[in-house]
Amino acid sequence: MDWEAIRLSLWLASLTTATLLVLGLPLAYWLAFSRRRWKFLVEAVVAMPLVLPPTVLGFYLLLAMGPRSPLGRAWEGLFGSTLPFSFEGLLIASVLYSLPFMIQPLAAAFAAVDRGLIEASWCLGQSRARTFLRVIAPLSWAGILTGLVLTFAHTLGEFGVVLMVGGNLPGRTRTVSIAIYDQVQAMDYAPAARTAALLLGVSFLVLAFTYALRRRQRKPWTLI
Amino acid sequence: MDAHLTPAAPYLQAEAERRFPSGATVEARFDIPEPGFSVTVLFGPSGSGKTTALRLLAGLERADRGSIRVAGAVWSEAARHLHRPPQARDLGFLPQAYHLFPHLSVAANLGYGLTALSAPERAARVRELLTLLDLEGLGDRQPGELSGGQQQRVALGRALARKPRLLLLDEPLSALDRPSQLRLRKDLRELLRTLGVPTVLVTHDRAEALQLGDRLVVMDQGRVCQSGDIQQVFDRPTDPAVARILGVETVVLGRIDAIIDGMATIAVGSAQIHAADPGGLDWQVFVCIRGEDVAVERGSGPGAGSTVRNRLPARILALHPEGSLVRIALDAGFPLESLVTRQACADLHLAEGDQVCAILKAAAVHLIPHD
Repeated sequence: MDWEAIRLSLWLASLTTATLLVLGLPLAYWLAFSRRRWKFLVEAVVAMPLVLPPTVLGFYLLLAMGPRSPLGRAWEGLFGSTLPFSFEGLLIASVLYSLPFMIQPLAAAFAAVDRGLIEASWCLGQSRARTFLRVIAPLSWAGILTGLVLTFAHTLGEFGVVLMVGGNLPGRTRTVSIAIYDQVQAMDYAPAARTAALLLGVSFLVLAFTYALRRRQRKPWTLI
Repeated sequence: MDAHLTPAAPYLQAEAERRFPSGATVEARFDIPEPGFSVTVLFGPSGSGKTTALRLLAGLERADRGSIRVAGAVWSEAARHLHRPPQARDLGFLPQAYHLFPHLSVAANLGYGLTALSAPERAARVRELLTLLDLEGLGDRQPGELSGGQQQRVALGRALARKPRLLLLDEPLSALDRPSQLRLRKDLRELLRTLGVPTVLVTHDRAEALQLGDRLVVMDQGRVCQSGDIQQVFDRPTDPAVARILGVETVVLGRIDAIIDGMATIAVGSAQIHAADPGGLDWQVFVCIRGEDVAVERGSGPGAGSTVRNRLPARILALHPEGSLVRIALDAGFPLESLVTRQACADLHLAEGDQVCAILKAAAVHLIPHD
């Protein structure tokens, strides 16, 4: 088995999940509670990775990160390296590609919190931010957990975007799915079977654990 | 604390309006003259906008026109685009469905708004509230484990915890079963009196309004039809719409003279009537009599063989035909209305100015305690 690829995939999935949690909480809050008329446009953009072929997303990302784009130039100016075919570029691509898997469960869970509870908190002098931490987030724990797990599992299994943006550089951009593809291409079926079985097992266990927890623990978690 | 207020300025002055995209408009237009204990009841049929009016006061709805001032502070002024959010209004709000935080214990619910206090101060205040609301020993329970009445008290305690300047109660008893409602009405008014906070209460239940309120604001279709002292509003509805909303034809304040064997004798105006004692009465009561329960006879009424307890000499003030019925306004020592069939009215040749006898069974007299 390609342990280096497995380690890289786990690291990428962890960082993607953490980044998306930080970005996703405010964005999902906005989607759940904003009354802007153009909100549907944002919703559509967030959902795009669900329907776009990874190659299309990867293609545009490659253009956007290229040395002639503003993003590419700014990155190069700041860090002295280029984004395409780097781990950082792969992380940006993963974050965008997994966006709906984090945002949608979060926004659905926030929107499901009884408006009356939120208003009760406001009338008790608590700011919107504190109301989020003390009422909305604890009551949305199941949605937050689902978002985390789906994002992690989805990043672990992504293939097309990685191939387009990251390429296949061992230790930098070669993830598990790429490694399996490589091994199959090389007619090297035995390691491919082992890695595939590992991925299958991990995915199943993580999802089963999540749904079991959601089912069993009815009492929400309290953050503060 | 309100020393800068001129005596003329009411404690609360609401004159605000919310327009909905559908075209409906709801106004909150009434005063609370003084700080300290008083209960102002927003009363009206469902859909009359009383909850929205309460939400305007709470800051949960933004006014499109007008202003709201409380204790000299501007809470809302549409002309200057000024809108204090609920967080900055220093109020206690009891939502109709209570909305206790389901993930927090009773004690944590009570202490939820006390973020300005230190942990020991907060714990002390929570203990105080548990005692005040008769919730001792329930601090560690979850809201879902409480009875309806206990939930109501926790929600009330949570609203009171920060010692607000204004208490807003949205149908505080409507989620309870009927017997609990009747029991808790009296307790609620007593509690509000001990707290001494001006309270605005929404209800569509007339008996609840009468028992809990000092002032009445009658609402219909988003408008305030009439407001003022509760007895005055019931005595003198300014228009038929208000009278219809208030429902019962006769509502008068009476004084209990005696209660003997479950039968109360009540002085009303210059008359005396008998009614079944519902229990728990103080000396002041509202006497409610429906028009269809009042019969009118010539002469001195039924003799010793009748079960009727109340035979009141009365004078006919006016006759108002209403379809197959006639509404008779009587002066029986207090204003009394009777509703009889047109046929009966014709048979007796009733006319304005006639001396008659108004007859009503003691069981048809409904008493509502008021202090």
